Amino acid sequence: MTDLLQPRDEAELAEAVRSAFAGKTPLAVEGAGTKAGIGRPLQTERTLTAKGLTGVTLYEPSEMVIGARAGTPLREIEATLAEKGQALTFEPVDYRGLLGTAGEPTIGGVAAANNSGPRRIMAGACRDSLIGVRFVNGRGEVVKTGGRVMKNVTGLDLVKLMAGSWGTLGVMSEVIFKVLPAPAHTVTVVLHGLDDARAVEAMAAGLGSPFEVNGAAHLPAGLERVSKTLLRLEGFPESMAYRAAELRKLLKGFGGADVVEGDPATSLWRQVRDATFIAEPRDAAVWRISIAPSKAAAAVAAIRRALPVRCFYDWGGGLVWLATTPAGDAGSGPIRAALAGTGGHATLIRAPAEVRASVPVFEPQPAAIAALSAGIKASFDPAGILNPGRMAAGL
Amino acid sequence: MSGIAFPTPDARVVARRDEIVAGLSRLVAPEALVTSEDERRAFETDGLTAYRKLPLAVVLPSTTEEVSAILRYCHENGVKVVPRGAGTSLCGGAIAQEDAIILGVSKMNRVLDVNFADRTMRVQAGITNLAVSQAVNYEGFFYAPDPSSQLACTIAGNIANNSGGAHCLKYGVTTNNVLGVRMVLLDGAIVDIGGDALDAPGYDLLGIVVGSEGQLGVVTEATLRILRAAEGARPVLFGFPTSESAGACVAAIIAAGIVPVAMEFMDKPAIEICEAFAKAGYPLDVEALLIIEVEGSDAEMDATLARIVEIAKQHGVQTVKESKSAMETAAIWKGRKSAFGATGRIADYICMDGTIPTGQLPYVLKRMDEIVKGYSLRVANVFHAGDGNLHPLIMYNVNDPVEAKKAEDAGNDILTLCVEVGGCLTGEHGVGIEKRDLMRRQFNDVDLEQQMRVRAVFDRQWLLNPAKVFPLEGRWLPQTDAA
Repeated sequence: MTDLLQPRDEAELAEAVRSAFAGKTPLAVEGAGTKAGIGRPLQTERTLTAKGLTGVTLYEPSEMVIGARAGTPLREIEATLAEKGQALTFEPVDYRGLLGTAGEPTIGGVAAANNSGPRRIMAGACRDSLIGVRFVNGRGEVVKTGGRVMKNVTGLDLVKLMAGSWGTLGVMSEVIFKVLPAPAHTVTVVLHGLDDARAVEAMAAGLGSPFEVNGAAHLPAGLERVSKTLLRLEGFPESMAYRAAELRKLLKGFGGADVVEGDPATSLWRQVRDATFIAEPRDAAVWRISIAPSKAAAAVAAIRRALPVRCFYDWGGGLVWLATTPAGDAGSGPIRAALAGTGGHATLIRAPAEVRASVPVFEPQPAAIAALSAGIKASFDPAGILNPGRMAAGL
Repeated sequence: MSGIAFPTPDARVVARRDEIVAGLSRLVAPEALVTSEDERRAFETDGLTAYRKLPLAVVLPSTTEEVSAILRYCHENGVKVVPRGAGTSLCGGAIAQEDAIILGVSKMNRVLDVNFADRTMRVQAGITNLAVSQAVNYEGFFYAPDPSSQLACTIAGNIANNSGGAHCLKYGVTTNNVLGVRMVLLDGAIVDIGGDALDAPGYDLLGIVVGSEGQLGVVTEATLRILRAAEGARPVLFGFPTSESAGACVAAIIAAGIVPVAMEFMDKPAIEICEAFAKAGYPLDVEALLIIEVEGSDAEMDATLARIVEIAKQHGVQTVKESKSAMETAAIWKGRKSAFGATGRIADYICMDGTIPTGQLPYVLKRMDEIVKGYSLRVANVFHAGDGNLHPLIMYNVNDPVEAKKAEDAGNDILTLCVEVGGCLTGEHGVGIEKRDLMRRQFNDVDLEQQMRVRAVFDRQWLLNPAKVFPLEGRWLPQTDAA
C-alpha cells in the first residue's frame, strides 16, 4: 500500500510536488489510474493523483473550445459537449476493457497518454486537439503553456511535450481542447474477404478519395470468420448517402461491399477504438505498432513467422493492435526486428509487470534523441521525482 | 523605426570576421558564400522591413552535410547563426546582425519522394510552400497549410513559425501536417525526429521543433502529410451592414454544427483596398465582408450553402454572392491573399497577428478602432474569423519617425488587448524580434523560464537565432539542473 496524495486544487498540487522535490521523494503520478499498467513499473512509495481537481472551467460552443481541471472524468467532458452537439475529435481509447481496470478515466490522463482513436487518421491526434495546459513541473512551479485559442504560436509549444509524456514532465492541473461538432450520422462501408495487403490498398484508396473517410480499419480472418475491412464516413445524412455510394463505386475492384449505419456502426467503431477484438485471452501480451500503412502488412507477416499473433489494423494500416504470447520478452525481439528499418515502432500496452520491467515498453531511441529527451526530462523535473523511469530508464 | 532593441554585436566576433569567412569558405563552394557588402544587403531584412542589419556573412548550403559542417564550425567558434528560408517573416525572425551569419536553406528545394498510398511526401526544407502542393496536384492532392506568402515562403520557415493560412480552420496548421523532420543540431549532429508513421515514440520533440523559430536546430528535410482535395470548393461572399452582425453570423454557423473550410473577414477599408487591387467583385457598399468557403460535391455544397445563407439572413446579411466559375474563385482568393501586398501599395503598414476568443470579436474590433484613432492612424482589418486570428494592418509613413513610433505603439496596444481578452500575441506569424518584448504580457517568468530551459537543451549558448522570442532581459544560461 502506498501513500496517496490527493490535492483539492492547483495550489495544493504545487505544494505536494514542492515538498516531494525538497525531499527528493519519487511520486507515481496519475488521474484515475485506469492506464497505470502502461509503462515500466514504478518504484514509488507515494502516489499523487489529480483526481481531486475536477470541473469544467470553460466551455464556449461557438468558439469550439472546452477547458477542464485535469481530474475531471472524461465522461463528464463528453456529456457536457454532447449537450451542445459537440465532441472531442480524436476519439480517446477507453483502455479499461483491455487492461481490466475500473474507475473513470480523467481528461488529464487522456492528455498525458496522447490517447487517440480511429479518427486520428483524418482529424488529428489528441496532441493536435490539445491547445492549452496548466501543469506543475518537478520543481513544484505552476507553468502555463498554450491557451484557449486554436491559433497560437506564442513561444515554444510545450503543450505538445506534455501530451504523451505520461506524467513524467509535469502534473497537469488544467487542460484545454478544441472540439468539433459531433457527426450527425455515421455510415460504414464494409468489404469482405480481403487479405491484409489488399485491405491496406483498399483503405488507401478510400483515404485517398475526396469523400473524407475518417476511419479505416481491417479485421483479418481469424478475428472474424471472413475478414472485414471498414471505411467510415461521418457527416450530414444526405451527404453520407451520396458519399457511401461513391465510395462503393470507387472500391468495386475490391469485391462487394455492405453498408452499416447508425448504432451498429457506432458500436463497431467503439470496438475498433478500444481494441476489444483482442482483449481476450486476458493473459496475452498486447502491442500497439505505429508504421506507415504501406509497410504494415509485410511487417505483420514477418512477425507472424516468428510468433503466434492475433491482430487488427486501424488508421488505414498505420496502427496495428497485436496480441501475442506474454512469455519471455512478450515478442519484443521478433516484433522490433520486423520493424527495424521500416520507420515503425512498437509500444507494449499490456503485459505482466515483470515483463514490463525487463522489456522496453516504449521504443528505444537513437542516442542523439535519447540525449535530448533526457535533457528535456531534467529541464522539467531535475530531481527525477515524477513517474521516474516510466517511459525509459531515466525518463 | 527604432523601437525594438538589438543587443550590442559581440566585438570579438566582429573583429574575427575575415577569419570566420575563411573558415566558412573551407566548408562550402565559393558561390554558396556571400560576403560582399552589396550582396549581403539582400539579406539585411525580411518581411519586417523597418529593421535592417547587415549579417557577418551569408551561407547557402546545398546539403544536410554542409549544414552540419557550418553549424559545427559556428558552435566551435562561438558564432551566432540565423537560419533563413525565403525571408518572408513578418516578425523579424530572419534578421541577423553584424556578429551573426545567416544560414539560408533556399537552395535545398527538391521533392525527395511522394507516397500517395500513405499520403505523405518528403521534401527538402527550402522548397516553397506552393511548390509542395504543385508537386502533388496532378493526383488531386495538396498540402494543407497555405500562408498568404505561399508563393515565396519555404517549408523550413513554415516549420519554424508553425505557419497557418486561410484554410486551417478545417485542416489545421503546420504542426498538424508535419510527420517528421531531419534536423541538424548546433553541434552538427544530424537527427531524424518523427518519420512517416502517424505518431513517434517518446517525447513529442517534433511538437516543440515546429514553431521554435529556428532556435533548436536547422531543419533540412521534412515528411509532410498530404491530403486528397475535396471534389469541389466554392467561396461565397457575404456582405454585412456591421462588423458585429458578421461576427455573430460566424458564431451561429459554428453553433449549427457547420465548420466551413475557411471563414475570412474583411472590414470596409480592407475591402476597398483589396477590390481596387484584385477586382474580385467584392461588394463596396457593406461594412464587413465574410468569405466563406465550403467543399464537397456540387449537391453537397448547395446543401451546405443553403444552410449558411439561411443563418446569414437571420443575421441581416446585405449581399450574398457565389462564385460561378474557377476564375471567380481565383479572383476572390487573390483579393484576400493579396491583402498585405495591396495595402503596401497605398501605405506603409505593420501587420499584427494576435488571436482572440471569437466571442470577443465585436468588443475587440471596437477597441482596436479606438486605439488606432487615438494615435491618429488608419487600420484595415483582414482576419481568419473562424479561429479569431486577427490581422489588423496599421498604416503609417515609414519616413516619419514620429508616426512610425505611433504605429508600433498602437500595434503593441492591440496585442496587449488580445492577451487581456484571453487570446495571444501571435497566431501564425511568430514572435521574432517584433513581439519579443511583449512576451511578459502573456507569460510570467516561471512560464518563460520553463521554455528557456527546454531551449537550452538544444543550445546552451544562445547561438541559434539569438535576440528573438525571449525578452533580452531576464535571460540566463542555466545552471546545472542535476539534483
